[in-house]
Amino acid sequence: MTKEHLSYLRKLKKEKFLVFTSQILIMIIFLFLWEFLSNHKIINPFIFSSPSKVLSTIKDLYLNYNLISHIMTTLKETFIAFILGITLSFIIAIILNEFKLLNKIIDPYLTMLNSLPKVALGPLIIIIAGANQNSIIFMALLINLIVGIINIYNGFNNIDPNLIILFKSLKASKLTTLLKLTIPASFKTIICSLKLNISMTLIGVIMGEFLVSTKGIGYLIIYGTQVFNLNIVMSGIVILIIISFILYKLVIFIEKKLLNN
Amino acid sequence: MTKLLSINNLHKVYYSKNNALEAIKDISFDINENEFITVVGPSGCGKSTLLNILTDMENLTSGTITYHIPNLKFGYMLQSDAMLDWLNVFKNATIGLDIKKIKTAENIAYTKNLLESYGLKDFLNKYPKELSGGMRQRLALIRTLALKPDILVLDEPFSKLDYQSRLKISDDIYKIIKKEKKTVLMVTHNIEEAICLSDKVIVLTKRPCTIKNIYEIKREKNTSPIKNHQDSNYSYYYNLIWKDLTDND
Ligand SMILES: Nc1ncnc2c1ncn2[C@@H]1O[C@H](COP(=O)(O)OP(=O)(O)OP(=O)(O)O)[C@@H](O)[C@H]1O
Ligand SMILES: [Mg+2]
Repeated sequence: MTKEHLSYLRKLKKEKFLVFTSQILIMIIFLFLWEFLSNHKIINPFIFSSPSKVLSTIKDLYLNYNLISHIMTTLKETFIAFILGITLSFIIAIILNEFKLLNKIIDPYLTMLNSLPKVALGPLIIIIAGANQNSIIFMALLINLIVGIINIYNGFNNIDPNLIILFKSLKASKLTTLLKLTIPASFKTIICSLKLNISMTLIGVIMGEFLVSTKGIGYLIIYGTQVFNLNIVMSGIVILIIISFILYKLVIFIEKKLLNN
Repeated sequence: MTKLLSINNLHKVYYSKNNALEAIKDISFDINENEFITVVGPSGCGKSTLLNILTDMENLTSGTITYHIPNLKFGYMLQSDAMLDWLNVFKNATIGLDIKKIKTAENIAYTKNLLESYGLKDFLNKYPKELSGGMRQRLALIRTLALKPDILVLDEPFSKLDYQSRLKISDDIYKIIKKEKKTVLMVTHNIEEAICLSDKVIVLTKRPCTIKNIYEIKREKNTSPIKNHQDSNYSYYYNLIWKDLTDND
């Protein structure tokens, strides 16, 4: 390795270190400020809680309120809705892509559905699917499906037209073109849409839990509001942030694994 | 000489919402077995359109194409060297075999052999992104040859090659084509290439194209494209074709 190369690597390392320490520092300052302002009643401690109270509430939730099973419930719902969501969006995107005329016909309806705030459908969903986990998954699906379909469909449509001509010149059948061109060529787009999809799914699940559930993090937050214990609400939000961060990182990790092959 | 196909009064108009664009006005010629035909003409005159119609990628507006031999197999090398980025060189070369489900040991060996003789031997496991423009073009040609077509239809196959490789590869291809007794219809912008490679040069007018002239190339002796440069008739044809192409009516 040359000297220049080494110094370049050193520079990279230095930058990475700087970014990381700054990030940790911001976190520490934020927590410290929060604790300080709350302790000195500069912000209302009843409403905004404080890191130490959040911590002790989480401990209390863990010991007395079965926190782990709430987390598992939310995770399970998210996982089911996520898998169902990407599978369904993939299938629907393929259908829309293969039947362009159908696509043209239903396009305005898709747009309408897309612009509708899905929470508005909540009460209807509960009536149809019942006040249970099905409603929650249904709600999450409503939210992640549209995004998933649009992303995957756009991926299908961004394929190099010259490749399509190549397949045409080789007289490839529709199925062959789908399997050997359309899907592999948009593999990257599909994988990259998973990131957005997992966030959307979690939003849907929490929204669903707000509406119907008797379990899960969304339920904990609503419960906290109902008994006016804002420490629980804040703890729920903190746990949610951690969960969504971990899920996001997990998806990125899977993405990397898949794209490297 | 066996006639493979005849094109008669071919006419092509592209329709769109706002206008109709006449690409080909009137073209007629025959393609005979083992013939090497090149088509030259101004840019945008309708050369690719002609090839597209012939290979059934595009409909004709009027006129007829008569196939004198049933089930003629066309091998069409497109003007763009579109590669499947996610497949390696070997898999790109065999994609046609794959699609047509004729990936037999014999066909694979044949393709491997082509890859080796076109200097892609050390790149079988590399990806198209790692190849130069010229290498990609050679790969596109191999992809076409791999299907062992009866008629090779080539749209500016050497346009991205430098002068040296162009000479070398056109020499190679010429040899292969003569050895395998293939029939070729090739579009080129290069008059020199047209004269040295082909038995017949078709010169088109500007769009909407008609046939300006068809030249049967006669040589003292037929050796190799590179040597054909020295043929005494070379400059005679060159001047004629040059004049046709620069003529403005
Ligand atoms: N699919 C299409 N739809 C509409 N117009 C087209 C289409 N393909 C080609 N054309 C038009 O037809 C004319 C002839 O195009 P063509 O590609 O056949 O020219 P060309 O002789 O191959 O040109 P070049 O030497 O630049 O490759 C052009 O004006 C082009 O814009
Ligand atoms: Mg062209």
